Amino acid sequence: MLTDADLAAIWLTLRLASMTTLLLLLIGTPLAWWLARTRSAWKGPVAAIVALPLVLPPTVIGFYLLVTLGPNGAIGQFTQALGLGSLAFTFWGLVVGSVVYSLPFVVQPLQNAFDAIGERPLEVAATLRASPLDTFFSVVVPLARPGFITASILGFAHTVGEFGVVLMIGGNIPGKTQVISVRIYEHVEALEYTQAHWLAGGMLAFSFVVLLALYTFNASGKRR
Amino acid sequence: MTHNGIDARLQLTLAAFTLDVDLSLPARGITALFGPSGSGKTTLLRCIAGLERAPGGRLSVKGEVWQHASHFLPTHRRPLAYVFQEASLFAHLDVRQNVDFGLRRVPRAQRRFALDQAIEWLGIGALLARMPATLSGGERQRVAIARALATSPQLLLMDEPLAALDHARKNDILPYLERLHDELDIPVLYVSHSPDEVARLADHMVVLDAGRVIADGALSDVFARADLPLAQSDEASVVLDAAIAQHDSAYHLSRLDFAGGALWVRTSGDPIGKTVRVRILARDVSLTLAPQTGTSILNILPARIVRINPDTNPAQALVWLEAGGPLLCARITRRSADILGLQPGMPVWAQIKSVALLR
Repeated sequence: MLTDADLAAIWLTLRLASMTTLLLLLIGTPLAWWLARTRSAWKGPVAAIVALPLVLPPTVIGFYLLVTLGPNGAIGQFTQALGLGSLAFTFWGLVVGSVVYSLPFVVQPLQNAFDAIGERPLEVAATLRASPLDTFFSVVVPLARPGFITASILGFAHTVGEFGVVLMIGGNIPGKTQVISVRIYEHVEALEYTQAHWLAGGMLAFSFVVLLALYTFNASGKRR
Repeated sequence: MTHNGIDARLQLTLAAFTLDVDLSLPARGITALFGPSGSGKTTLLRCIAGLERAPGGRLSVKGEVWQHASHFLPTHRRPLAYVFQEASLFAHLDVRQNVDFGLRRVPRAQRRFALDQAIEWLGIGALLARMPATLSGGERQRVAIARALATSPQLLLMDEPLAALDHARKNDILPYLERLHDELDIPVLYVSHSPDEVARLADHMVVLDAGRVIADGALSDVFARADLPLAQSDEASVVLDAAIAQHDSAYHLSRLDFAGGALWVRTSGDPIGKTVRVRILARDVSLTLAPQTGTSILNILPARIVRINPDTNPAQALVWLEAGGPLLCARITRRSADILGLQPGMPVWAQIKSVALLR
């Protein structure tokens, strides 16, 4: 029913999505905090850049990433100078692409959660001798927990579901850059509909369960 | 020039108004910051807490400089505690964790307050395992006060802690605040727009209007100032501190001695010798030229008229009286004042219909 190549694609997809989600939480948390708190004139432009992947065709993002990560691109030159070679058509190239592509799905729920906390708990914490960093971890993070959960689920699921960006910067190298969505594409091209059904049906079930979990969680969070 | 209390010289322009104060406040007891809403009470409190920055301001507390020129001690490094109007408990922590939040962050050597003591004082022992969402408004505010005290602050700031509560809840909490007053040896700044609360709790009083200080002094002196909005309101009153001198158990009355004489009030259960505070509303005082017999009024004091001021209502006048000690105030009609021919310097008898024992 599932071939070794299919299983390799599933394993690669899960690795990619996990790594991407982890990096997105590390990058997205300070970014969302800054967006929620700043009064800087840069807030608008930065928020717009973060939201770009929502509206751009994945091919556009993939194209620019391919150019930048490639041997002649700015990042490509840099990674080559570090002795890492070009990231294009590698797993880490996919990670970089996925981080960019899924960024708004992590930053926006976090920013909403931070906005909802408001000024008061931070002021209370300050009058109780908590430094800003202390306050962030002891007050903001626990109060924004639903936002972190939503952000993680959306970031993970959205990465699992990407196709265009992966194909542009990763190509279709089995075991290295061939994720589930690309694998399905290959099955369909080869008219292997049974194989395509297994993977496509699996993705459908996975996505439904994830979204169901998310909405159930959000609904119970609101009732509390 | 620094003394042991609080020295604050702060100016801050916000959208609608400018705060401009230069205050020197006592190191002990409760100081009320009193004024109508929008007068700058809360802004002043926030500046003292460091939650609001007043550029160029100066602030020192108990000889320690918190703000001066470019020096600005951030809020979390100021040894203060702040009770907000809404309890603002941390929703993700239970009551014990809320109270513990500040305490844990105070170095052991600076702790002068045991957690158990804060819990016992505010009567929240039975609530420790509860989450804030399950508490009543009054319970939440008591937890917030305990949480503030647990940090062993050098200065306690309270921003209308009772304003969000209904009358019954207020009366639940006031005794706890009075206890703080009696047992804490740190200064407390208490923002309020309720003359009743202020009269019950405060020793010292600052009246703010449109961002400026219009009066600053001992509570009974400020209450007795005819030029303030306080005297112009329906609640015009005087506040006296008196000592319980005698109990009359047959009639359930107690005699209070103060510098201006003696007052009989209903026995409250306080022991002889205890200093209590009473408030006498101007509208509860009437005047006669000779001492009355055949009256049901118990408290009749000889006094001398100091001055007669017009009142908010053109039918009435406020007559300020000196009775040996602090001033008394009577609200009577202007017609009565004319019929009796009242003049400053005249001896009269003040008939006091009701004396409110505040504490």
